[in-house]
Amino acid sequence: MSEPRGSHGRVRRRRFNPDRDVAEWHGRYVPFDLVKEFVIALVAVAILVTVLAVVFSSPDDHPVTVRSWSNGDPAGFAQTAITELDGTSGSATYGPPYNTNGTAQSIGFFSPAKWLGVHVPIDSAQDFVIGPLQTLPDRAVLAAVSLYNSSSAAQQAKWTAAYEKAVAKATFGNGRLRIPAGDYGPVPTMMNALVSMARSGALDGALLSSRQFYGSDYTKPLLFIADGTFLSNIAQSQHLAGDQWGMMNETGNFPGQAWLWLYTMWYQVPPMKTSSNADLQVWAIMMLLTLGLALVPFIPGLRSIPRWVGLYKLIWRRHYRQLAATDSSATGAGP
Amino acid sequence: MSVDTGSRSDPSAGLPEDARQWTAKLRNSATGKLPPGRLLPDRQPAYVASWIYVFGVLTVSALLLVIATGCVLALKGPAWWHVSSAGLFVNSLHLWSVEAFFFFMVIHLWGKFFMAAWRGRRRLTWVTGVVAFLVSVGAAFTGYLSQQNFDSQWISTQAKDGINATGAGAFFNVLNFGQMLMWHIVLLPMVVALLAVVHVLLVRTRGVVPPFAAPPGRQDGMARTGGSEPSVEGDRA
Repeated sequence: MSEPRGSHGRVRRRRFNPDRDVAEWHGRYVPFDLVKEFVIALVAVAILVTVLAVVFSSPDDHPVTVRSWSNGDPAGFAQTAITELDGTSGSATYGPPYNTNGTAQSIGFFSPAKWLGVHVPIDSAQDFVIGPLQTLPDRAVLAAVSLYNSSSAAQQAKWTAAYEKAVAKATFGNGRLRIPAGDYGPVPTMMNALVSMARSGALDGALLSSRQFYGSDYTKPLLFIADGTFLSNIAQSQHLAGDQWGMMNETGNFPGQAWLWLYTMWYQVPPMKTSSNADLQVWAIMMLLTLGLALVPFIPGLRSIPRWVGLYKLIWRRHYRQLAATDSSATGAGP
Repeated sequence: MSVDTGSRSDPSAGLPEDARQWTAKLRNSATGKLPPGRLLPDRQPAYVASWIYVFGVLTVSALLLVIATGCVLALKGPAWWHVSSAGLFVNSLHLWSVEAFFFFMVIHLWGKFFMAAWRGRRRLTWVTGVVAFLVSVGAAFTGYLSQQNFDSQWISTQAKDGINATGAGAFFNVLNFGQMLMWHIVLLPMVVALLAVVHVLLVRTRGVVPPFAAPPGRQDGMARTGGSEPSVEGDRA
């Protein structure tokens, strides 16, 4: 064993610290069949896992699609779609990494999302509404989109604000949205076309981010769906909402990611519970705690906790019992 | 014609003049730190007698089952388990292996914490264990994102806010199924497996941490030379 040396090459003997150092074991060694233990453990775990799989299976609830959403709640879909068009939806006002329309979370000057900027660009009006509508072979719809695009921003805002107010009272029948009469310009034509496109399933395909035949990026459809209430209402009924410790749960009565309990817990307590920077605050706390856990052996005080708590006496109780027996026999044998 | 006299029992074994080779140095270093008797010992110190020691090997066993069932799922592709009862069963085995893996690992981790298992130059063993746990959390998380069902949708759309707030969302898009699947089946399992191997080898190199020393005056089998001594190892060479 190499010993620490000082600057002049002399051996430096440091003071024995019970929370850092151990003394060499010169006691008994007993037979221990490591391979046999491993094989028995592997078989036991395999049996346990098989029994759990047979008895409980695994959850597999169907995903929500734009099609299922717009058929299940066409008015709700239209209410979300108009916020994508007028730029007031969650995605439209998110900020980095999707766009610059929102404020990135921060703790004082620390705002890593802001520093890194936009890397997954999302223009909700173009990506979720106008772009898909422009793929339709319908002259009336294309003319409505063209009129909308060529109008001033003020005119667009006037139409969409009026439509957003009206669509809150919308009903759906005979394949069309029914809203109170008003001056909405080309917006009703666009929204009815988008609802029809969504209900047919065509919008699901149009939202896929890929510009090539194969695609595996569901960023756009997921953001659009998450902007509505259809997904969150199902999640709420499945005890998955954020205030229901949702991140660590999964559908049904399965254990989910129980190991995320500490991460999820911070969202349930003030000030994170109501903070607009809750995500960054929770991550900062978790990073500090994680660093602390990884570096326990190096942190005086923290590394003494096991000795102070004394649970080791239970773990090594046979060892200490043998010591006690040795002590008493030595005392009894003494003069 | 030269004739092999058979004077060397192992022609691949190093000769003294080869000792400067990188290969020879690596072999000598590896066998020096971890000779066969230490890599696969048939005896352990008498204090290794508690149920808590079982959770380390249970964790490794569960990890092997996670990898094995994941490999079966990979054979048939990510959509198989949604349309096949056999696939659903294999997915269930995968899920419950993961649950068992974390259950055993957390008990193992806290067991080692309360044993202060980092003592005696075992700090790297502790650190690799904690990092393996963290990377495993990431591997499981990306697994949940790769399921292609309601859980994936909900977890990804909720988790994106936390990831994005840290800035990681610029490079790690939890809404991108393809990216998450690759992280789940290639990158993170590779890191977990590597860390698990390093962790186990460190355990074998350093040995099982001895108990806290008994109060002075008791015969506890440990050589203590007063209040001052260098850190020493508790494992037999």
